[in-house]
Amino acid sequence: MPGNNTHKVVYLDNNATTMVDPKVFEAMKPYFCELYGNPSSMHYFGGQVHKAVDKAREQVKDFLGATDAKEIIFTASGSEGDNMAIRGVLEANKSKKHIITTKIEHPAVLNVYKYLEKQGYEVTYLDVDSQGNLDLNQLNNSITNDTALVSIMYANNETGVILPVEKAAKIVKQKNPKIKFHVDAVQAAGKIPIDVKNTDIDLLTIAGHKIHAPKGIGALYVKTGTLLPAFVIGGHQERGKRAGTENVPYIVGLGLACEIAKNSLNYEMTEVKRLRDKLEQGILERVYNAKVNGSTSNRVPNTTNIGFQYIEGELILLHLSDLGICASSGSACTSGSLEPSHVLKSMGVPFESLHGSIRFSLSRFTTEEEIDYVLDVLPDVIKKLNHISPYQRELKELEQKHK
Amino acid sequence: MWDYTDKVMDHYKNPRNVGEIENPSAIGEAGSLVCGDALKLYLKVDEKGVITDAKFQTFGCGSAVASSSVLTEMIKGMTIEEASKITNQQIADALGGLPPQKMHCSVMGHEALESAIANYKGEDAALHCDEKIICQCYHVTENVIREAIEQNNLTDLEDVMNYTKAGGACGQCHVAIQKIIDELKNKKEKVDIKNMSVTQLVLKINNVIEKYISNELRKDGGDIELIDVKDNKVYVSLKGMCKSCKFSSNTLKNFVEASLKEHISPDIEVVEV
Ligand SMILES: Cc1ncc(COP(=O)(O)O)c(C=O)c1O
Ligand code: FES
Repeated sequence: MPGNNTHKVVYLDNNATTMVDPKVFEAMKPYFCELYGNPSSMHYFGGQVHKAVDKAREQVKDFLGATDAKEIIFTASGSEGDNMAIRGVLEANKSKKHIITTKIEHPAVLNVYKYLEKQGYEVTYLDVDSQGNLDLNQLNNSITNDTALVSIMYANNETGVILPVEKAAKIVKQKNPKIKFHVDAVQAAGKIPIDVKNTDIDLLTIAGHKIHAPKGIGALYVKTGTLLPAFVIGGHQERGKRAGTENVPYIVGLGLACEIAKNSLNYEMTEVKRLRDKLEQGILERVYNAKVNGSTSNRVPNTTNIGFQYIEGELILLHLSDLGICASSGSACTSGSLEPSHVLKSMGVPFESLHGSIRFSLSRFTTEEEIDYVLDVLPDVIKKLNHISPYQRELKELEQKHK
Repeated sequence: MWDYTDKVMDHYKNPRNVGEIENPSAIGEAGSLVCGDALKLYLKVDEKGVITDAKFQTFGCGSAVASSSVLTEMIKGMTIEEASKITNQQIADALGGLPPQKMHCSVMGHEALESAIANYKGEDAALHCDEKIICQCYHVTENVIREAIEQNNLTDLEDVMNYTKAGGACGQCHVAIQKIIDELKNKKEKVDIKNMSVTQLVLKINNVIEKYISNELRKDGGDIELIDVKDNKVYVSLKGMCKSCKFSSNTLKNFVEASLKEHISPDIEVVEV
């Protein structure tokens, strides 16, 4: 029970990674010791495996609303998909040297740009407002004759705020249809419907481990007609764009995870959302120094980012962890880096909340009982930590206002 | 997850001496909300200069709370004089050690203690405001950086970040921090050669030869041997290919002597025997 570490783990860190769905795990198992053939082999034994890979590709295609299974390339991670898309587009179009992205991308994208800047590329980082929303006018005004690529995330990993990628893609293509548009949809997949078919999106990244498939598998959607050089040179696998014998069990797992995710979307957007809202509302009611970071009207249904004012994030996480509750923070002290979350900073979150911001991210495996437990114990943790803060006067004022 | 000692965990879970002291004899402060770490230390001191009570309030991570908490335990019962001798390393040691990236928490504790003692002695706390700020992002002053380097024998930028947080954000101050590190390193080494015993110096020279010189010479089929050291003169003999090489005097000046100058002292002169 609470306090002595025997309470079952309440996992509210699903934006970091998810549990593999037991159904997915079951589906993967035969491909280790029984159906272990090489999908490229001529014999029937390998042929069966080839079929399984084909089926998975279909499942991912359907999940993303792609037109053709050929548009799906399996990758080893979200980071790989992002790298393949961004660096591939630029390599295929060497004469253009300008890229547009946002300030709130994941490091899997941002650090690629930092690298490219050193190679002589110019990068425009679009701002977000205090709610985490983009200004599409700024995007429109940033496009130049030299722009090769625009890359915008679908939903932010820290706040869950959804960005208008379809509208953004349209704006880009209206200005210049040759500019490629990439979307990091790692945090949107499985939480909101994705349908690339009738959009102007050219490339879109997903990662298996955020949708109850294992870690180390992902996919990149590449619209037909988008030139992309080989990312791994070698055999003909993945249409020559990523050589290497396929990671069959994981591909099978990703395929089924996508199918289940598609069928669970309704549940995510109603039931998971209800639990998230219950958690968020419950905390705001019970804790006077709590404030939501980012837009609440325009968010994926599983995420809430709450700033606990005048107390520090790592300390909160340590105390929650002692109660079996797993959450995360973009706060400086947890990640080993000293810098607080670049996302919350870009939104201008004030310092008193910035360092005490905690992300709770649910999944379809989160139960009502778990949310009730958190609401039961979290207010006391915060109360205890408030007591340690040097900002007693400020906290008093917040308490008065809350009443 | 950090690798915290049991002591650290005990102190952040059950912090001792939390709160304010009414009518304190002194208040010390360190850090700020902007930095993500802030500590207020309250002292009650009796007529004999003995700290009879200490309390704290901390905004910060687990190890920041633990450092503050253990510090209050350490200083209770000490005289102000005794307390002023506490170093950040002693605070870290009292917790059974801190992860390297968290050493800045012990430094903050030390700073708050210094500030409280200055406050007690009636020294102008505003003095600190005139100090040169090196890291704007974390408001770290030159003095704090110097003290951390000297007290803990820090040798590179990453150390300084871990101990003071300076340089951990935008990175604009990296050049300035490196300058301080280099300056202190040079100073330290120059002082060292005069005060060093011959044995110490020989050891140091052999070390540099091993680490930086021999390997390079061996690549070309040569080697070097240390024969003697007198004052600032280092007597060596070249071996193997180096011996017969017509560039040997070149090697000696531009490589061997340069390496010893760089790593030990600019006063060193190399002589071939
Ligand atoms: C938005 C976003 N993009 C990319 C990634 C990287 O995915 P992976 O860990 O599979 O490389 C993540 C994972 O944290 C993410 O949240
Ligand atoms: S000025 Fe030091 S990190 Fe920004």
